[in-house]
Amino acid sequence: MRTVTFHRGIHPQTNKARTASCPIRKISCGTLAIYPLAGGMGAPAEPVVAKGDSVKVGQMLAQAKGFFSLPVYSGVSGTVKAVEYRPGHNGLNTMCVVVENDGQDTMAETWDEPRDPASMTPEEIRAAIQKAGIAGMGGAGFPMHVKLTPPEGSKIDYVILNGAECEPYLTADARLMVERPEDIVQGLEILLLLFPEAEGVIAVEDNKPEAIAALNRAVEGKNRMRVQPLKTKYPQGGERMLIHAVTGRDVDSSRLPAHVGCVVSNVASTAAVGDAVLYGKPVIERVMTVSGDGIERPDNLLVPVGTQFKDVIAACGGAKETTKKYISGGPMMGTAVFDLEVPVMRTSSGLLAFTEDPVAKHAPSPCIRCGKCVAACPEGLLPQQLAVAATHMDYARFAELHGMECILCGSCAYVCPAYRPLTQCMMDGRQAVREKRHIPAKERKEG
Amino acid sequence: MEKNMLHVSVSPHIRAGETTQSVMRDVCIALIPPLGFGVYWFGLSALMVIAVSAATCVLTEWLYQKLMGLPITVTDGSALVTGLILAMNLPSTVPFWFPLIGGVFAILVVKQLFGGLGQNFMNPALAARCFLLLSFSARMTAFPVLDGISTATPMAELKNGGLVDVKALFLGQHSGCIGEVSILALLIGAAYLILRRTIDLRISLTYLASTMGWIFLFGLLGAPVEMNLSFFAAHLFGGGLVAGAFFMATDYVTAPITPAGRYIYGVLLGLLTALFRILGPSAEGVSYAIIIGNTLVPLIERFTVPKPFGKQKARAEK
Repeated sequence: MRTVTFHRGIHPQTNKARTASCPIRKISCGTLAIYPLAGGMGAPAEPVVAKGDSVKVGQMLAQAKGFFSLPVYSGVSGTVKAVEYRPGHNGLNTMCVVVENDGQDTMAETWDEPRDPASMTPEEIRAAIQKAGIAGMGGAGFPMHVKLTPPEGSKIDYVILNGAECEPYLTADARLMVERPEDIVQGLEILLLLFPEAEGVIAVEDNKPEAIAALNRAVEGKNRMRVQPLKTKYPQGGERMLIHAVTGRDVDSSRLPAHVGCVVSNVASTAAVGDAVLYGKPVIERVMTVSGDGIERPDNLLVPVGTQFKDVIAACGGAKETTKKYISGGPMMGTAVFDLEVPVMRTSSGLLAFTEDPVAKHAPSPCIRCGKCVAACPEGLLPQQLAVAATHMDYARFAELHGMECILCGSCAYVCPAYRPLTQCMMDGRQAVREKRHIPAKERKEG
Repeated sequence: MEKNMLHVSVSPHIRAGETTQSVMRDVCIALIPPLGFGVYWFGLSALMVIAVSAATCVLTEWLYQKLMGLPITVTDGSALVTGLILAMNLPSTVPFWFPLIGGVFAILVVKQLFGGLGQNFMNPALAARCFLLLSFSARMTAFPVLDGISTATPMAELKNGGLVDVKALFLGQHSGCIGEVSILALLIGAAYLILRRTIDLRISLTYLASTMGWIFLFGLLGAPVEMNLSFFAAHLFGGGLVAGAFFMATDYVTAPITPAGRYIYGVLLGLLTALFRILGPSAEGVSYAIIIGNTLVPLIERFTVPKPFGKQKARAEK
């Protein structure tokens, strides 16, 4: 079948071979499970347990506070050891519920009876999804129920499932598509109930033929859905790039996918939808890839959310002594963690360990204006000039050069022969513009 | 340090692996065929010019950075590239102190005084060449006498209404600057740069096409242009046009980075080259065209900021 794609972008080495054929292996949590309360985009969830409480698998630990907030569930059974601030992936302290795992995996009894989604109203389906705490599992962590609630009056004609997995090293989504295609299709069927006029498109990069074949078998005989192969290119899984590839429609920062009739959801999040709606099962585990040259036995793991990184690494035969860098997520957009006590979150698609740090290999040298960043930028921006504007703290110029369209995919910094920290400059510029530092102080209206 | 500390940095955590040094190395490799042909064709005096020019550029950069207490960056290879490009643009007959003065001017005045690598607003080698051309025009256009071949360059022949053997022109069997004579050798070098994705063909091809187009247009308007294929072929392959289009107009620092800007830049260089060649008093105009074009690059970039993804359609649909 014809593959589709977007303009520009980059072709990093995919490095997926080491884990591409490793079947998903379930592991259990270590002695401690840690649940950060901030998730999704909204306010942190509010704890409903206190120190000393005993909890079961699937029991709610914290409830959502507002529409954009997500509830948090325990993936283990045991005792609440503390509700305290702990460092998160980005190094900032966030409020967490810490559960001491008793290893019994006692299940909570509060689960609903299986329900028939076809007999549920769209509101009931959305409520079930919100209650299960489903966040975008691709990495951004946008709450699923928010995505599924487009602005009033929008006509949705595409529900696109993102199975691009364009980040190098990661194979978690690929394995899920190979091993549990029926779960993904079941989730998609439920999403299509919400959007009766929409076509379901499962978009997968063409470097995963096994996944495409498995999904093609699973969608056979189903109405209103198909599998769409994508050209293997980074950042093919970016929401805007994906919508462009599948529908030819374009979204910029001023609009939502719903404005062009699209709803985009990651394949793993969609697989969780079935469990949420049919059985009321919350998100308490996820598939993640553990890889990189620092990992002794790279693998794809089904990990209880809350498991500490050190326990995940131990389950893969440990890491090499010489490991210099650990990354949560993929190497292009993931976060370098400085501490392995941090937990697996709903958004943790990967844990990578590297004995070499290519970023530290060369100090940044002067920009030679080669324009490779311009050729790479999927958003059609001028990263070189944006970086200059951000470095000069000329944030008005940064905004004028459309800096707010940057999706922080990292393609510019990836190709830069001068090793300039371009993506870092973009983050700085975007932050400054969001704080309205580009507007002269006297003209700035607070709020 | 208590234990091995982990590295933490902003994403992305992987790199394509290309460095400024590897880019410059690629340019040096691509310059081997044209410069090699120059040495073969013009003899050891060409090698002397190349060696003096390269050594002067590298030493000037090293000395300046040493004296100014700056980080020494000669290993990035950019000074070497400047030296080689300068030599490419000199006749083999110049005395050794020509490349010496040129090299110092290129690196010291044009590059370092404006802030070093990435900050020069003109191609240093071409600026130095024009500096030498203005200062010592007789010596700079005294091209070597070759056995049985006219000492005049093909461009001078054309200017005087003479005829030019296009095949000899392509192979480089004529007089001229060290690195510009053999189109074949230049194209081999350029092919390497294209394969390595070092240069942007949008600039080179637009420049070549635009030069031909403008000459044709001037011809239509009554300028002294012979409307036949060999005249145009001579203009395409003669002088420094091919060398300029692939090796100098594509110089990263002094060319626009915007996609639309690169086309405009190519068209502009073609216009200037055609103007100088057809209507100007001298036979050649590539070097001047490029350094004048260089100075207009910030302006071009200002007006060619591309529309970001999704912006255009967003407006149309609203």
